[in-house]
Amino acid sequence: MKFGVVVFPGSNCDIDCYNALRDVLDQDTEYIWHRTKNLGSYDCIVLPGGFSYGSYLRGGAIAKVSPVMDRVVEFVESGKPVIGISNGFQVLVESGILPGAFLRNNNMKFICENVYIRTESISTPFTNLCGKGQILRIPIAHGDGNYYVGDETLKRMEENNQIVFRYCARDGEVTDASNPDGSLQNIAGVCNREGNVLGMMPHPERCMEEILEGRDGAVIFKSIINYLKGGAVNG
Amino acid sequence: MFYAKVYITLKKSIADPQGNAIKEALLSMEYDGVKDVRMGKLIEIKLADKSSKEAEKRVRDMCDTLLANTVIEDYTYDILEVQP
Repeated sequence: MKFGVVVFPGSNCDIDCYNALRDVLDQDTEYIWHRTKNLGSYDCIVLPGGFSYGSYLRGGAIAKVSPVMDRVVEFVESGKPVIGISNGFQVLVESGILPGAFLRNNNMKFICENVYIRTESISTPFTNLCGKGQILRIPIAHGDGNYYVGDETLKRMEENNQIVFRYCARDGEVTDASNPDGSLQNIAGVCNREGNVLGMMPHPERCMEEILEGRDGAVIFKSIINYLKGGAVNG
Repeated sequence: MFYAKVYITLKKSIADPQGNAIKEALLSMEYDGVKDVRMGKLIEIKLADKSSKEAEKRVRDMCDTLLANTVIEDYTYDILEVQP
């Protein structure tokens, strides 16, 4: 089982993702330079956070035309799991792999803080070890994380169970006060229709060990490992 | 040779927090007549195309595939013929 962490010029959470998988969870993990044209040997691809190409034009907009992204599209079509975190999520929406788009945070600030998210779908390769409605405490760090999607697409996503995480209060209640950036319906993470691609704004790779004030992020990577080992996906 | 000016703006239905911040600043400077401010982007492109029709097609393709995100943004453009 091999994980690949894509490195775009300007990625800055690539080392954290590598550390989470390789050092904390003891998985075979490699960096993938954005010019790579072959992803054949990987079982899961991680698009990490950061500021790919300086986030010029829009976050993720230039990265989507990187050579590796054609291969990522093929990887997605083959059904293998792909997780995009923060800027990686932006790359996934810009490339049309996931629905929606990102706007500037509604308070105009770059926000770096721990937030609570509620697991809305446990029937994905990324949340199969979560309990139903499990609340995770995971940090966010973004200035353009205000998720937007049109009404009709949102309706289809809800019908297909594609909303995976919502920002919530500590007790799990989804409230306006617990929405850090104005994201539509507190959406913090979504998957594609097939369920093999997850995009999330919070950074699970930043909370893998107690020394980092919590390890709620580990359940997401452990779920992927469980899935790749043939573990059941709920429901 | 052609010179394209591409204007990208948030769709009318999308809130524009930057535009609002600018509006508040202008009002605080006592420009009382300011009713609304929307902020967008201007991208200038020089093109080697031979005809304006060709240039326009190319610019529209660029907008749809990279320059604008049509989920949240609208675009317009002006294309001028210029001497090389």
